[in-house]
Amino acid sequence: MKYTEDDLEKELETQEYKYGFYTDIESETFAKGLNEEVVIAISKKKNEPQWMTDWRLEAFRVWKKMEEPEWANVRYEKPKFQDIAYYSAPKEKPKLNSLDEVDPELLDTFKRLGISLDEQKKLANVAVDIVMDSVSVATTFKKTLGEKGIIFMPISEAIQEHPALVKKYLGTVVPTTDNFYAALNSAVFSDGSFCYIPKGVRCPMELSTYFRINEGGTGQFERTLVVADKGSFVSYLEGCTAPSRDENQLHAAVVELIAMDDAEIKYSTVQNWYPGNKEGKGGVYNFVTKRGICENNAKISWTQVETGSAVTWKYPSCILKGNNSVGEFYSIAVTNNHQQADTGTKMIHLGKNTKSTIISKGISAGHSQNSYRGLVQINSRAENARNFSQCDSLLMGNACGAHTFPYIEVKNKSAQIEHEATTSKIGEEQLFYCNQRGIDTEKAIALIVNGFSKEVLNKLPMEFAVEAQKLLEISLEGSVG
Amino acid sequence: MLIAKKLKANSINRMLKIENLQASIDNKSILNGLNLEVKAGEVHAIMGPNGAGKSTLANIIAGKEEYEVTNGTIELHGEDISELAPEERAHNGVFLSFQYPVEIPGVSVTNFIKTAINETRKAKGLEDMPAKDMLKMIREKSELLEIDRKFLSRSLNEGFSGGEKKRNEIFQMAMLEPKLAILDETDSGLDIDALRIVANGVNKLKSKDNAVIVITHYQRLLDYIVPDFVHVLYDGKIVKSGDASLALELEAKGYDWIKQELV
Repeated sequence: MKYTEDDLEKELETQEYKYGFYTDIESETFAKGLNEEVVIAISKKKNEPQWMTDWRLEAFRVWKKMEEPEWANVRYEKPKFQDIAYYSAPKEKPKLNSLDEVDPELLDTFKRLGISLDEQKKLANVAVDIVMDSVSVATTFKKTLGEKGIIFMPISEAIQEHPALVKKYLGTVVPTTDNFYAALNSAVFSDGSFCYIPKGVRCPMELSTYFRINEGGTGQFERTLVVADKGSFVSYLEGCTAPSRDENQLHAAVVELIAMDDAEIKYSTVQNWYPGNKEGKGGVYNFVTKRGICENNAKISWTQVETGSAVTWKYPSCILKGNNSVGEFYSIAVTNNHQQADTGTKMIHLGKNTKSTIISKGISAGHSQNSYRGLVQINSRAENARNFSQCDSLLMGNACGAHTFPYIEVKNKSAQIEHEATTSKIGEEQLFYCNQRGIDTEKAIALIVNGFSKEVLNKLPMEFAVEAQKLLEISLEGSVG
Repeated sequence: MLIAKKLKANSINRMLKIENLQASIDNKSILNGLNLEVKAGEVHAIMGPNGAGKSTLANIIAGKEEYEVTNGTIELHGEDISELAPEERAHNGVFLSFQYPVEIPGVSVTNFIKTAINETRKAKGLEDMPAKDMLKMIREKSELLEIDRKFLSRSLNEGFSGGEKKRNEIFQMAMLEPKLAILDETDSGLDIDALRIVANGVNKLKSKDNAVIVITHYQRLLDYIVPDFVHVLYDGKIVKSGDASLALELEAKGYDWIKQELV
């Protein structure tokens, strides 16, 4: 009756993907493949101005010359970029004023995802901009936000309605040439969100976007741009689920944050895309570029709970350009079965008295590989810069891996850098202790994992914290009889 | 008629019955035919030299799976529990105060005990304990054990002193109200004040409906928790049983005379 590592592993096998379903809403999808004509067609489809088309084309030309990065600690079959359809939209894009007008089947889909718009609107005080296969279907709370001068809309609409704003900031934090996936995204992004908070305005509610990938074989290229003008504050939530698919789906999003003087942006993500099955077949490739820039006294906080995707490549970063600016990165990354994650952050200190904090919690189970990769760079003019980094790894079973790749570059002697790292394992002694108190093994694992992740969970907005805790449990839930 | 009545009373009264228990770990035999009977309302002390199998016995009763039970039975309230999972035994009222309580970082004492209580209630088909009741109970029991409120928000056993760990074990016992509590060297690592507080706590929790097994090396703890029976465990068997005076004799003479008696 010995409780072996094998038993533990068996207990940790994921339950079949909870959100594995597929809606047959009629879609309009471009033929597979990518060339200049496709890029132009996407731009045309969206009725974009010429400058936007040119911007996309330039990105495409750069992308063609680039090579896919190989340095991450992940192994996967490279996507065949000519086998992907680069545009997919529900055929009749509904322009709706209320939820009653939404396709009932779509509403049902949201219900199955546990997203009740009505409930969220009433209870959570959340304005939700839902991205369904690249085209926004419903935008709520627009009016309330409008009164404060806050712009929160699909980026495709923002390009039409606020072209000057978009043109001014798009690509200023993540240039089209930044990296392979950012360039690809710039060329073909279909939609995403745009958010602008005017000077001195405190956004009265959490802004939220739910992303889903629905159409089989369709890549998802979201583009998000958040601009917080001087002295403003916004908390932005991003959460997602995706239906089961056998073929790998590519997701290459770009998120740009701009925090002007004295502004603060809090950006929280819960990522729960299809991780592939127990044998490691299928699952989403999540290759994301997220970066923010802080002007004087500004602050950007990235908080992420990453439990999904087959392969994750993601480094939400902060450029601390202004004096006294603050960057924070709080992350929980869970990998199970055959998932691979290479995630972390970059803190680029340019201004004086800049401060950054990195708290990373990696949890690996099954045959998964979980890497933290983080850069702390103190530039020569960044007097009195400070960084604190803490990277903790929790291992379950004997077949998984946890890796830490910290990079520290300091060009100013006044810098103070601290780095702490720990690796621990859920032990049989811990499990027996919990069992003896009447807590079964599955619940015990959830308890231990939640305890391990507590510092990061505490950083999430309330609405998300509960959801995130449940997600951690589901991700590690076993088939305990 | 009278005899039948007496038998019935006996079996209701009987908390734990261990018969001919044999157990091993990694093919090394540790318990070699152990017999023990504990009735409700009783306190039993198990003493013995290092390596005699005392902690093994505690762990086996609690259901630790790395030990292989090769023979014998463990009955709780007349039911064989030897095939039950550790959490099921806990649900049936078995509590083990660990000799070395483990740390669970990030999980507060309060959160842990709340989870333990509600999981036990769930197993019995009951709803979660209302927060108000839980709070009241926590207040009462922490006062009983002179536990500072701040202590309850700390991560379980993380950075606790030896005394705090043991006091926390007894606090959990107070909260879970077990039928059978096994205290595995609860006195080790305690200074005299902590020992008194812990022992007083145990004494206050004692009733005619529950039973306590105290595993210890020394007489010291038994000055405070006075046993009804003292057993000497040696070489995987109980080789001598007596009343509280046996503990004093052991304290004075050591274990060697028992070993010699056996030869």
